[in-house]
Amino acid sequence: MISHFLNLEWKQFFRSASFGKNVGIKILMAFFAIIILINFLFLGAGGFFILKKEFPDKDPFVLVNQFMIFMVISDLIFRYLMQKIPVMDIKPMLALPIKKNKLVNYVLTKSVFSFFNFGSLVLYIPFAIVLIMEGYTVAGVVSWTFFMIMLAVCLNFTNFLINKNNIALGVLVALLGGLWLAFKYELGNVTGFFGDLFYAVYENPLLSIIGVIFAGILYYLNFKQLSNVIYLDGAVKTENQEVNTSDLSFVDRLGSVAPFIKNDMRLIWRNKRTKTVFLMSFFFLLFGLMFFTMEGYKDKEVMQLYGAIFVTAGFSMNYGQFVPAWDSEHYRMLMTQNLSYRKFLESKWYLMIVMTVILFVLCTPYLYFGIHKYLLIVAGFFFNLGFTPLIMLYMGAFNKKRIELSSGGLTNTQGTSAAQFLVMIPVLVLPIIVYAVVNHFLGFNAAIIAIALIGVVSLLLKNPIMSFIEKKYQEKKYATIHGFKQQD
Amino acid sequence: MIQANNITKKYGKAQVLNIESLEIPKGQSFGLVGNNGAGKTTFFNMLLDLIRPTSGEIINNTVVVNKSEEWKTFTSSFIDESFLIGYLTPDEYFDFIGDLRGMNKADVKSFLSQFDEFFNDEIIGKKKYLRDLSKGNQKKAGIVGAMMGNPKVVILDEPFANLDPTTQIRLKAMIKKLTEDKEITVLVSSHDLTHVTEVCERIVVLDKGNVVKDIATSQETLTELESYFSA
Repeated sequence: MISHFLNLEWKQFFRSASFGKNVGIKILMAFFAIIILINFLFLGAGGFFILKKEFPDKDPFVLVNQFMIFMVISDLIFRYLMQKIPVMDIKPMLALPIKKNKLVNYVLTKSVFSFFNFGSLVLYIPFAIVLIMEGYTVAGVVSWTFFMIMLAVCLNFTNFLINKNNIALGVLVALLGGLWLAFKYELGNVTGFFGDLFYAVYENPLLSIIGVIFAGILYYLNFKQLSNVIYLDGAVKTENQEVNTSDLSFVDRLGSVAPFIKNDMRLIWRNKRTKTVFLMSFFFLLFGLMFFTMEGYKDKEVMQLYGAIFVTAGFSMNYGQFVPAWDSEHYRMLMTQNLSYRKFLESKWYLMIVMTVILFVLCTPYLYFGIHKYLLIVAGFFFNLGFTPLIMLYMGAFNKKRIELSSGGLTNTQGTSAAQFLVMIPVLVLPIIVYAVVNHFLGFNAAIIAIALIGVVSLLLKNPIMSFIEKKYQEKKYATIHGFKQQD
Repeated sequence: MIQANNITKKYGKAQVLNIESLEIPKGQSFGLVGNNGAGKTTFFNMLLDLIRPTSGEIINNTVVVNKSEEWKTFTSSFIDESFLIGYLTPDEYFDFIGDLRGMNKADVKSFLSQFDEFFNDEIIGKKKYLRDLSKGNQKKAGIVGAMMGNPKVVILDEPFANLDPTTQIRLKAMIKKLTEDKEITVLVSSHDLTHVTEVCERIVVLDKGNVVKDIATSQETLTELESYFSA
């Protein structure tokens, strides 16, 4: 039986959507995964020395133990928000001749090997190695590390017990906040107390058994809870999304594009991935802060310009680069309806324009960094108003990768292909070149005017350019329909 | 109304459709049957200009479908659930289709009111997105969507699949009513021989992309089809 389950795991992993992706994406994702891993390793291994340097008069290991309680509670909150028990995986097996106990054990065992627990392994093991090298007793460090790993498993199971219980979340947040305040205002010796608890495991290796006992108890509690709810109307239930309908009739004033705009607004708000993109565009506002203040960036004009363009480009770039794939699931239906590509594309264009204006207004606080920087932002705004949406729509004609809206948020990379990276080039490179050339010959003012001018000219030429784009979409129609049908 | 001339579709060497000539007169209720892979959906997709024929052309009311998009003004269809916009509620979906077909909100409302019975109070005004409806209810919404805006040609791929018995009977009545005045041409494909012989006045059997039978429906048609498919 176990070999069956392992076999399924193996296939699930290697046949998952992310493995079907093309090589470029795989390499990119592997690259990011390695970076994250290295960061953790570095933090684990280097943490000791960083603490030693920052607090030379304290024992770094004691320090880590003292603040461990905050780590533990934050970890639990993070898990509460992100980690779900992988119970849906057993749905196809419910009707097969497998004992329920086995299924529950399978789900629970599987959850132990989740990414969330793996993270602590990567963090604590290098830290432990450094501890041993620094002369801490081997037995103590090993049992401490073992205890930490058991603690991660305990948190794993605790999370499933309190899952979907908002009161529990409230208690956790209050606890974290309360302990922090107590520490801050020195009400009682919070760090000392919990520090001693964790340090005791190091001093007395046998205490690490407690971790195993707790993990066992929690496993048992989960087992009991889960055994009772493995039903299609219990834990193994597909969740229906709560409907939120809002009156969008104010859009009707826009005339014949209105129905499409209404759809696009609903599209953005009712799907995880598009919502992420939408919220992401506000996150892009912070790029200015980063490029204007960080050492090494703040004196480089090119970086300043990047910052100025990014702040208002967030929505157009993130949303625009996947037009028309957002509609890939029902693209065939749209193609049989009495609608013109023009209206369909124009509604996306309107959205990008409106969002660019909103983002620009939100940029007003950047005046704080002086008129010079603000003018850069203004130039970037005009560029993003005229040029960026049109180039995004144009590149969209070559977009043939399906996106399934209902799945995933941040980690969903469906629909990503080399085209998405290509599309960034004109937006990021063109202004830099123009700026460099014009600034060299005519100075700063002329340079930013030139950048703004690209946008203004594109805006004035919008109608002929749109007609051209529309034709491209029509040419690519069959290939697009075919591409959007391929599920990965 | 619809005229297919020498249409073929090839994927590499495999030929999936090969129809020399097929004419569907105005107001006919036309049924398409055939086993999986016979080319039914391919034919419908071609009629809707969703895939291009390798050769030949389809003319829908004097419009060559892959040359002009005029046919969209009088043709409507429901092929499968991907023709629904999953993140909309049924109400919003109907409003959207209505908008595209020149109906205002009041038009849509009065149009939908005649389907109250068909919807069985499970579609309209319910706080659910289309993607969360059951297969049968999705189908109901899609079929009714395909009847909006006075189309001259209605294309339904497997409309009976996934529907409950009551709804199947109601749908049959609806299709019959559509073609009553000989104004609307209805094309239906089905795996259910009983339904299709009941609703359609003409039945064409496809096999591996070829027309193998073209029958004007009569008393004996069902037996004829059954003996063909059991052979």
